[in-house]
Amino acid sequence: MKFISEFRRPELAEGLISQIHRESKTPVRFMEFCGGHTVTIFRYGIRQVLPPTIDMVSGPGCPICVTANVDLDKAIALSQISDVIVATFGDMLKVPGSRSSLQEVKADGADVHMVYSTMDALRIAEDNPAKSVVFLGIGFETTAPTIAASILQAGEKGIRNYYVLSLHKLCPPVLRAILDSGEVKLHGLICPGHVSTIIGSHPWEFIARDYGIPCVVSGFEPLDILQCVDMLVAQVENNESRVEIAYRRGVRPEGNQQALKLMERVFEPCSAEWRGIGEVPDSGLRLRKEYQHFDAELAFDIEPGPTYEPVGCICGDILRGVKTPADCQLFGKACTPEHPVGPCMVSSEGSCSAYYLYGGGF
Amino acid sequence: MKDKILLAHGSGGKLAHELVERSFVKAFDNPLLAKLDDSAVFDFSGRLAFTTDSYVVSPIFFPGGDIGKLAVCGTVNDLAMSGAKPLYLSLSFIIEEGLPQSELSEIVVSVQKAAQEAGVEIVTGDTKVVHRGSADKLFVNTAGVGMISEGVDISGGNARPGDKVLLSGTIGDHGIAVLSQREGLSFSTQLESDCAPLWSLVAEMLSASPNIHCLRDPTRGGLATSLNELAKQSKVSIRIEEEKIPVREEVLAACEMLGFDPLYVANEGKLVAIVPDEDVDKILKAMRENRDGKDAVIIGEVRAEHPGRVVMKTCLGASRIVDMLAGDLLPRIC
Repeated sequence: MKFISEFRRPELAEGLISQIHRESKTPVRFMEFCGGHTVTIFRYGIRQVLPPTIDMVSGPGCPICVTANVDLDKAIALSQISDVIVATFGDMLKVPGSRSSLQEVKADGADVHMVYSTMDALRIAEDNPAKSVVFLGIGFETTAPTIAASILQAGEKGIRNYYVLSLHKLCPPVLRAILDSGEVKLHGLICPGHVSTIIGSHPWEFIARDYGIPCVVSGFEPLDILQCVDMLVAQVENNESRVEIAYRRGVRPEGNQQALKLMERVFEPCSAEWRGIGEVPDSGLRLRKEYQHFDAELAFDIEPGPTYEPVGCICGDILRGVKTPADCQLFGKACTPEHPVGPCMVSSEGSCSAYYLYGGGF
Repeated sequence: MKDKILLAHGSGGKLAHELVERSFVKAFDNPLLAKLDDSAVFDFSGRLAFTTDSYVVSPIFFPGGDIGKLAVCGTVNDLAMSGAKPLYLSLSFIIEEGLPQSELSEIVVSVQKAAQEAGVEIVTGDTKVVHRGSADKLFVNTAGVGMISEGVDISGGNARPGDKVLLSGTIGDHGIAVLSQREGLSFSTQLESDCAPLWSLVAEMLSASPNIHCLRDPTRGGLATSLNELAKQSKVSIRIEEEKIPVREEVLAACEMLGFDPLYVANEGKLVAIVPDEDVDKILKAMRENRDGKDAVIIGEVRAEHPGRVVMKTCLGASRIVDMLAGDLLPRIC
């Protein structure tokens, strides 16, 4: 089986699209939580092929986008400390903090390395024993287990110059916060695929149970999304609210137990600051006490200076699903992928970037 | 240390002469270079195309090629995209001290092979050696001149509504092959760079019909960027169909893993041609008969509305804009 082209087959898509058109009667609003889904939806023009009864809104599922400016400033401040190497996933480089971006400080001489995996950061630490390597722990439940593994490996190997700035975020708590705010009325949720690969589908059950909102976990190919929308429509039309999986090749209800155990061994939940959403209890991860000597925030004197938010940027509202990039005065004018003002224009999974690059609604 | 390039190799002194005569003059054996004068001197009449490019690829060896082959193909292809038959190239090396001589020799051999394949001669060159850290192993610059036959007028500004858009084969092979070898990322793939000199393909296309309007090799920035350049230069829109664009399954998989779109991934042996509708069949036939165009396809057409825009019909039948690449391709987090 081909895992990509099989899930882009036009004749199957056509069948699903006509089925959705036939079945969808009630006007609904579905949110895709995950930035990866937003990209698929725009890249393949999925909004254009859905019936007018279905309104799609993007959620906060882009780890770069939800990273608060204060945390970006911390990462940049770390890069200014002598003998510190900051290792980060590539997506983070371009995001503007209050005054600068990692890309800019790198050009000015800061030692910033782009890595493709956490283990590369660990290797940089091994290769540079006289320096301190700080890995920027950004991401959801998807990346946290690998970062936990790197910390355990650093411990086993006795690597003492490896640190993590843990800015991890957890998805279910922030969804609860968004639903509790009542700002956006949803009739269905496209649950994140990669996150669910780790945590399973059980953690979404409170949404179906407590809020009566149908939930379907989706993969990232156009047929995955269409199938997911079709399943959501079926639940709506039958007056049901359950958690279903439309991504069986990647997700089991119980998730990846081994990854979860790693994560729980190294991290514990803590309150976290989300851009546009604010502080959400138990939605972040910090290092447990026995691993605190790997915590960059405790190991270094970080002075990020005062935080500024870009004037006019509505990334926060967009992340909550309250507004769309089209509502932003800066969009496509002052804020473009080449000259981004807010993070949603920078990240490859950001809503603004997807709207801009793929011409949302064209 | 005997087998390493030293600063002295670029000093202009004895070691430098030794390197030039033993390695370069011998490999690129031709009378214009062998004179070792300050300039290569040759006769010329007709329309001349002149281009230059620098190569800083990392790693310098990758599946399907190396920086030497790339430097020859890149410049040969830039000439070919103007419809010019490549004649002479210059070749400059900027070498980081400590580069193993064996690696330099290997690259020189591959320059020689690529030049032979493309039918060009390396007639002038230069070597500099810089301190460690001032370059990344080896940088190469090539410039080239080529001759344009009468009746050939190829330019990015020549696309007309109604023209067809041709693509010579699969996209993204080079970018993904190089990335698969990059330090810190290495993943295993059978994929090889498509790096190839394209003059023989272009020559056969031109003999099928000299009325080719535009040619472009979609290198950095990929197919999407080349099409955008052509649409803007010609003040037309280009409409392509996703289903028609050939992409290898390995490239698709790597792109999914890294969060890339194959439309933006570099190619080094592919071309896009915009040709009049009435000539498309014979040009396509000529392309398919050439080794470097055997998978050639029509991917779309030129339209008058929305000048400067590239629009793609997706596999779901929807339309979306295909923009230029902004900044660098950066791998995503999850």
